[in-house]
Amino acid sequence: MATTAPETFPVHEDAHHDAHADHKPAFFQRWFMSTNHKDIGTLYLIFSIFAAIVGGGISGIMRMELAEPGIQYLGAVHEFLGGAAGDFDGSLHLWNVLITAHGLIMVFFVVMPAMIGGFANWFVPIMIGAPDMAFPRMNNISFWLTFMGFCSLMMSAFMPGGTGMGAGTGWTVYAPLSTTGSPGPAVDFGIFALHLAGAGSIMGAINFITTIFNMRAPGMSLHKMPLFVWSVLVTAFLLLLALPVLAAAITMLLTDRNFNTTFFTPQGGGDPILYQHLFWFFGHPEVYIMILPGFGIISQIISTFSRKPVFGYLGMAYAMVAIGVVGFIVWAHHMYTVGLSVNEKMYFTAATMVIAVPTGVKIFSWIATMWGGSLRFASPMWWALGFIFLFTVGGVTGVVLANGGIDDNLHDSYYVVAHFHYVLSLGAVTAMFAGWYYWFPKMFGVWHSELLSKLQFIVFFVGVNTLFFPMHFLGMNGMPRRYPDYTPAFELWNWVATKGYEIMAVSIVIFFANILYAIIVRKKAEGNYWGEGATTLEWTLSSPPPFHQFETLPVIDDKAGAAH
Amino acid sequence: MGIRRAAQYATFAGAALMVSAGTALAAAAEATALPEDAVVGGYVPMKPTEGKGMPTPGAIGFQEQFSPIGEYGQWMHNAVLMPIITAISLLVLLLLLWVVVRYRTKANPKPSRTSHNTLIEVVWTLLPVLVLLGIAVPSMRLLASQYETAPEGALTVKVTGYQWYWGYTYPDYGGFEVISNMLPEDEALANGEPTQLAVDKRMVVPAGVPIRIQTIGADVIHSFAVPSLWFKLDAVPGRLNEKVMFIEEPGVYYGQCMELCGARHGFMPIAVEALPRDKFEQWVLEQPGGTLGEPAMTDVNMPVQEPESAVPGAAGAPRPDSALEEDVDAAEPAPTAA
Repeated sequence: MATTAPETFPVHEDAHHDAHADHKPAFFQRWFMSTNHKDIGTLYLIFSIFAAIVGGGISGIMRMELAEPGIQYLGAVHEFLGGAAGDFDGSLHLWNVLITAHGLIMVFFVVMPAMIGGFANWFVPIMIGAPDMAFPRMNNISFWLTFMGFCSLMMSAFMPGGTGMGAGTGWTVYAPLSTTGSPGPAVDFGIFALHLAGAGSIMGAINFITTIFNMRAPGMSLHKMPLFVWSVLVTAFLLLLALPVLAAAITMLLTDRNFNTTFFTPQGGGDPILYQHLFWFFGHPEVYIMILPGFGIISQIISTFSRKPVFGYLGMAYAMVAIGVVGFIVWAHHMYTVGLSVNEKMYFTAATMVIAVPTGVKIFSWIATMWGGSLRFASPMWWALGFIFLFTVGGVTGVVLANGGIDDNLHDSYYVVAHFHYVLSLGAVTAMFAGWYYWFPKMFGVWHSELLSKLQFIVFFVGVNTLFFPMHFLGMNGMPRRYPDYTPAFELWNWVATKGYEIMAVSIVIFFANILYAIIVRKKAEGNYWGEGATTLEWTLSSPPPFHQFETLPVIDDKAGAAH
Repeated sequence: MGIRRAAQYATFAGAALMVSAGTALAAAAEATALPEDAVVGGYVPMKPTEGKGMPTPGAIGFQEQFSPIGEYGQWMHNAVLMPIITAISLLVLLLLLWVVVRYRTKANPKPSRTSHNTLIEVVWTLLPVLVLLGIAVPSMRLLASQYETAPEGALTVKVTGYQWYWGYTYPDYGGFEVISNMLPEDEALANGEPTQLAVDKRMVVPAGVPIRIQTIGADVIHSFAVPSLWFKLDAVPGRLNEKVMFIEEPGVYYGQCMELCGARHGFMPIAVEALPRDKFEQWVLEQPGGTLGEPAMTDVNMPVQEPESAVPGAAGAPRPDSALEEDVDAAEPAPTAA
């Protein structure tokens, strides 16, 4: 900690010369020029919540429109956003803009910022006994690049994008729909948003890898690191290897669009399928990027509330490594219907099913951790138990979809939508809420309401299952994804799903009520408020931790306890 | 919406009239048509049968399958995958409930410190491997059935995806192209067809013979998908994809574009009408430029070649119970028109 923020900015020197641990910079410096991992983590969390309101609101419009057959609301929303009245294609284009924005926002601006930018920034340095991240200023620019990426994506909604305003390409941005199929600057802005967010994430990944490899406290060997740190380490490697491929692919899109290259244009010798290979070489590791930190959070919570070390620690850590490695060689299972050869389909079917093995190890190890434990049911434990079940359901439908021959029917249907929302919306998001309630008093020093968080869990659990389970039925019955309208045979389960969304929305109201509760009641939290079982280093600090922790490095000498 | 839907299906029932198709292929089939169809000559679009080749209201499973590959796929899903994934989910749920009850603080105040057990870790790694190997066997068979291409001389239909409609070209029969657009809601209902699925001109093919489907995209990527035939193949610009389609019996089979292709992605449905060979040829001759010039497989009585004969679960092999029940239902005569 040779260069802490206050020393860096001369404007501050007059008022305060002594830089002790809790010396906080003034508001603008602290929040806009921050180099403190905890402040940047908080910024990421606030940003993620804000983006989730936008992304979740968009899905509200989508569920409203899909509640019954016919186009009911798109025209009005289109007009509200400045479109011409009665412009049918414009309204339908708006639908594609909504699904695109929903996907991109939830992936790049909600889950990744919350998991990696938020929780990992906050707790990885603390858990390994480090005073901060390895590159604090790079940490800051990671956040602001992500923020500017979001701004670029929002701006794209107000640019011409072909048949209407905004980028209507789907989050996958497949060529040639995203090149010759979408004239106008909207898609360029969307692509630039991915560039910015991607650059931010790559820098974040470098930061985490360096921090974890170089800044562990004395005695904190790799095999003593808490599993959350392991999960972030694996995630950071996935980011580092996958995102440059995405960056290359979307840069080629940009040059195809603007500089007459033909990487993905058959007329000039290119191939649209090449884009899909590049995209999914990034895209499949990306889904593990979203869920692995969640695995880490759940491991910490299960261990804490079982008052027992994680069962099969090494198996758990290397299961995540295995998932990360195998995750790079299964990408074409997203492309079974593009015209792959039968041999390719067989290989990708087999490779994909292999992933179920380390995933099973994790599920069973969580249960074995609780086995023989002394379980307390604080609210994070409710969320963690919910996670295990919901992720299992999402995982087994993944095994179904892994079979290329079955996917021939289910590909691009609502079954796929159900599957990835079970692992993400019900998996990753449930893990995010679990982490939020596990660490909220630690991060902010005041208590949330345990009652409200349990209530939120129940409403959320009922809501998301009502919302997403019927989508399996719709998909098997043949309903395609990304459709604003459907034949009346699909009405029943669509109507049920929309009701599920409404229930889920109530749980989000409870979430915000809980934040208000914490702000108003301001019930102080102790350092280790979960008590016995909470053994990682963040529980040795006050709540909230001092502005700069571990100015004297902690020494980990416990053979089994402190680390995991 | 309930009222509209009810009215629509009333139309189906009212229009449905059993006629004898008169061919071996349609033996147990429910090829229904308007009475006018009985008049000799003149292609009249076949009336769809409710629940056949289209989604069923409120259904929780696959559409009934009308191809060998579809029957095998459905069997594999219903008889292999579903029991396994249901059992796994229930096992995890029961284990969770058990630990929650058995190891709550009141029941077990002193936590154990057990954190390793090599045997059980090996077991729960190897057991899933065995389960997955069990799944892999039918899965690889299902894929292997796609090795076989259409026999030489099989009818070729080149499917072109446009923004936002389909074109069906018949190179063996004069190379005419049928342009297929979605019917507006009122016309679909007037025809007794499901809205969002009905089209003005269908892709007409013969039933009971392998058909070589080639897909290509004219502008962006589309995907030619018919759920009741277990058929999905992307239509990619600059690439001619090929796959065998085999339809067991005459009927109308609806599908939709399943790759995002722009504003009207949801408004370019597919309707495949499978006819007995002679009726199909009649239809060909009515198309502008349609000729029977060099059709390779014109003999109706020629033994039917089944490309998916490698599929064990095809004709004759045990089928899932649900499919059998649906067969029984379908065999009953449809209500006649007043």
